[in-house]
Amino acid sequence: MWKWLHPYAKTERAYQLCITLQPWLWVGAILCLSIGTVWGLAFAPQDYQQGDSFRIIYIHVPSAILSMSTYVAMAIAALVGMVWQWRTAYMTMIAMAPIGAALTFIALFTGAAWGKPMWGAWWVWDARLTSELILLFLYIGVIALYGAFEDKQQAGKAAGVMALVGVVNIPIIHYSVEWWNTLHQGATISKFDNPSIAPEMLWPLLINLLGFAFFIGAVTTIRLRNEIVLREQHRPWVQALAEQALLPHKTRER
Amino acid sequence: MQFDSFADFIHMGGYAFYVWLSFGVTFGAMCIIAIQSYVKHKALLNAVIADKARKARIERARQNEKRS
Repeated sequence: MWKWLHPYAKTERAYQLCITLQPWLWVGAILCLSIGTVWGLAFAPQDYQQGDSFRIIYIHVPSAILSMSTYVAMAIAALVGMVWQWRTAYMTMIAMAPIGAALTFIALFTGAAWGKPMWGAWWVWDARLTSELILLFLYIGVIALYGAFEDKQQAGKAAGVMALVGVVNIPIIHYSVEWWNTLHQGATISKFDNPSIAPEMLWPLLINLLGFAFFIGAVTTIRLRNEIVLREQHRPWVQALAEQALLPHKTRER
Repeated sequence: MQFDSFADFIHMGGYAFYVWLSFGVTFGAMCIIAIQSYVKHKALLNAVIADKARKARIERARQNEKRS
């Protein structure tokens, strides 16, 4: 069933796949993010309680949701790396970690800038906020652990174990607003049967969510390519590729 | 359009600082990580070429030494 996937364990195939996907992911990201952001900022109606400050939702919620999704994706990559001994899977894992960390930072920062006018504080030690901060530390931990090993295969295994153990934090973040009394409001859009948000406010949010997802994909492909070039730099195909990319006139002369 | 004028839009109903700070930092951070990834890509490819040229130079020097 999963056999079609196996050729992509080869770095060369994975690299080619990245090149193919990249332009589409960028088009999707730029299109969705510009539509969603302009719609959310200028055309969505005001919130009756929070006025225009609620417009931060259009970046806060997508980045927060996707910071968790990216973590899960990273952990799945780590699991694949362990089960099937794919080097490419570990490379994907470490390619995604900085993007996830950036998203977590964005979620925390926009949350702070939203919390200040609404709650009167940039930061409170609330369950939702604290568990999201731990997510940021988990990302940084994975990156740091990977960087600490000279042998990158060992590094992938060690960081992969950490990524897998950290998955326990994801349900904690998700259910924190239900399990504890928190200042943070409850889920808004993940209750699909009955979302507590007006459709004209929801649409730009979903478009931006898609835009952020495309963006993560686009940056993952370029970072995975970087990882492959770094690890396979002595392979002839990487050397040929570097020459083709940087010295196009020379290769044509030959 | 929810706002009467462009100035009104910038004002964001009094929350201009928080709203624009959030959007600025978000897209700033996204630009930084994207640009950093591309700059690194270029640098890595350059390093691959430099390494290959260096190996070729060493090989040539070794051949010269053998001949002399």
